[in-house]
Amino acid sequence: MWGRLPAHSLSGMEQRSPGSAGPCRPQPAVECRRVQNPPKIAIPRPQRRLYPPCCFRGFVTVLGTMPSNKSVSDAPITQFMNCRILKEQELQSEDLWVREGTILNPEKLFFDEKGYADTQIDCQGSIIAPGFIDVQINGGYGIDFSLATDDVKGGVSLVAKKILAHGVTSFCPTLVTSPPHIYHKVLPGISVQNGGAEGAGVLGVHLEGPFISREKKGAHPEQCLRSFQAGGFQDLLDTYGSLDNVALVTLAPEMPRSQEVIRELVRRGVTVSLGHSVSDLSQAEEAVQQGATFITHLFNAMLPFHHRDPGIVGLLTSDQLPPGRSVYYGMIADGIHTNPAALRIAHRAHPTGLVLVTDAIPAMGLPPGKHTLGQQVIEIQGLNAYVAGTKTLCGSIATMDMCVRHFLQASGCTVEAALEAASLHPAQLLGVSDRKGTLHYGSDADRGDIIVLGVGNQCDSVSLEV
Amino acid sequence: MRLVILDEYNLASEWAAKYIRNRIVQFMPGPDNFFTLGLPTGSTPLGCYKKLIEYHTSGDLCFKYVKTFNMDEYVGLPRDHPESYHSYMWNNFFKHIDIDPANVHILDGNAPDLQKECEAFEQKIAEAGGIDLFVGGIGPDGHIAFNEPGSSLVSRTRVKTLAKDTIVANARFFGNDMSKVPTMTLTVGVGTVMDAREVMILITGAHKAFALYKAIEEGVNHMWTVSAFQQHPRTIFVCDEDATLELRVKTVKYFKGLMHVHNKLVDPLHSMKDYTN
Repeated sequence: MWGRLPAHSLSGMEQRSPGSAGPCRPQPAVECRRVQNPPKIAIPRPQRRLYPPCCFRGFVTVLGTMPSNKSVSDAPITQFMNCRILKEQELQSEDLWVREGTILNPEKLFFDEKGYADTQIDCQGSIIAPGFIDVQINGGYGIDFSLATDDVKGGVSLVAKKILAHGVTSFCPTLVTSPPHIYHKVLPGISVQNGGAEGAGVLGVHLEGPFISREKKGAHPEQCLRSFQAGGFQDLLDTYGSLDNVALVTLAPEMPRSQEVIRELVRRGVTVSLGHSVSDLSQAEEAVQQGATFITHLFNAMLPFHHRDPGIVGLLTSDQLPPGRSVYYGMIADGIHTNPAALRIAHRAHPTGLVLVTDAIPAMGLPPGKHTLGQQVIEIQGLNAYVAGTKTLCGSIATMDMCVRHFLQASGCTVEAALEAASLHPAQLLGVSDRKGTLHYGSDADRGDIIVLGVGNQCDSVSLEV
Repeated sequence: MRLVILDEYNLASEWAAKYIRNRIVQFMPGPDNFFTLGLPTGSTPLGCYKKLIEYHTSGDLCFKYVKTFNMDEYVGLPRDHPESYHSYMWNNFFKHIDIDPANVHILDGNAPDLQKECEAFEQKIAEAGGIDLFVGGIGPDGHIAFNEPGSSLVSRTRVKTLAKDTIVANARFFGNDMSKVPTMTLTVGVGTVMDAREVMILITGAHKAFALYKAIEEGVNHMWTVSAFQQHPRTIFVCDEDATLELRVKTVKYFKGLMHVHNKLVDPLHSMKDYTN
């Protein structure tokens, strides 16, 4: 199941069929559409011009299996031309070929099948990148994943559809600390599924809590916190009900019996993240040795960095990790929840582990003004969401494309690195980089989602201009 | 024989590309009238391919009605190996132009019956009506395609065992591991290239100077297989200054004096745009 790039989403790109225009393949458009008044927003560093997000220019869900040899398929082939594709840590001036949602190896197509593209799309210099993956998103557009509504599926679908516009093609709906009956009701309603034109794919649920530290509970409700001291892993199972559609569990490693729980979760294929914790470094290292691989929103809800005990933050440069293993860490790069200097410290210490997350609350995607969410009235002003009538921040409402842009600007990293922090790294974290987070073709890395990022003076696209 | 001497590699590459462009454009290829081009691999023709791609991008040259035949391919090397000539042609030329894959012919070094593959290749060339322009390069030992020293000058497409020199020279492409270097190839024969209506040979760099001398100033000799083209009615050698180092001053001066004549072959430069109407 995949979504062929719908023609209507390609406004501004030229579609054409080879052979339909004269003896030669038509040449790249000489006349580019010029925007009369390109929108401008105030950006502190003018050398990196960034345009406001409107919508992505197109979306192709790329699923299916690459035929290895001598395949016969009559399905039409689309060739994205004149683009830069993110591959092997760099933007390469290469075309991207897609058939039935599969990224094709054009060389095999050429020599084995003697095939060529049915449709060529001039991307006018756009970047084509793997779709973003958000492993921590609590809701959006008024939908709260932690609420046991009658239509959990519908809520997830709505968010899945809306976040496509921000480049997110896969996500992990995240539930904050809740009473067991909420887990029992909500979890069966969210199933792992592939994405498509109808919405981003669900990679599994992220359960953040309730096995977290009382001291670092953050906004999680204290009365719902639990421990697995009595029954160990069985306590966790009783609380959640089922782990069938769970991809990620955030817990505090200093809790008694956490080691056996981490071991069992990892054995069952669930990624374990450390967070909302007062753990010291040695406890955190022990958790990683048991199989934990992620840190939930680094710096937030953990002990602050101390040079004699750097705490969980110290995992970024720890020398006590099992050989060949590395730790990934989530970063809320909305410019508010993490100071840019802290962002840079983390990035420079461990660039390949950085995973951008939105940690978005249900207010994400709502227009400015007052909104009622659950029992709370909140007010959105610019990029901040406040408890109405106060200046108390109530969570992140940044979208993933905003986070990528902010990270790019704040860290001074390359466009490639910024895009990979939102695609390749989360895919590696969840063990799905064989089909997500990359634009590889071939037998074992042939599937993924792609997004097109416009560049230059085109107002109707998300722009990341170098 | 024509000998065209340019100051340096880039100019020689451009001259060769212009010549190919003019020949294709003036041929006015069409659905019933394909231009047939023989193509080499290696480092020498890279600059020429780049230029041809530029001409295609600018709309001056189109390969829709061009058929290509490559000179050679390694035996037993996976087709998608980065050093295979399939990979070379795809990455350096075909993926950038509008050629129909059905019109591209490269010998299959993994064919179950290599002899049959070679015969079929000759057959395909014949069916295409022969080759209009065969572009080639040479090795420092004067081999054209993989027709190593000692090859018959009337040879046809066949399996060929590489000379030790060539295997050693190729080791750098295979991690300097001699055991990984292919030792056999499929190659068109000297006779196959001789049958082309026109042959253009690119020779650049001081390390090929002795081969150029052997090619044009000494007699026809199967130890320097490229010398066979002295007997071809239409051969152009395109070289840079470095490649002329072993030639007699008299030879170089004579051909340089003819440059104003030879340049008429590429000036004016023709374009497909002029023929679309």
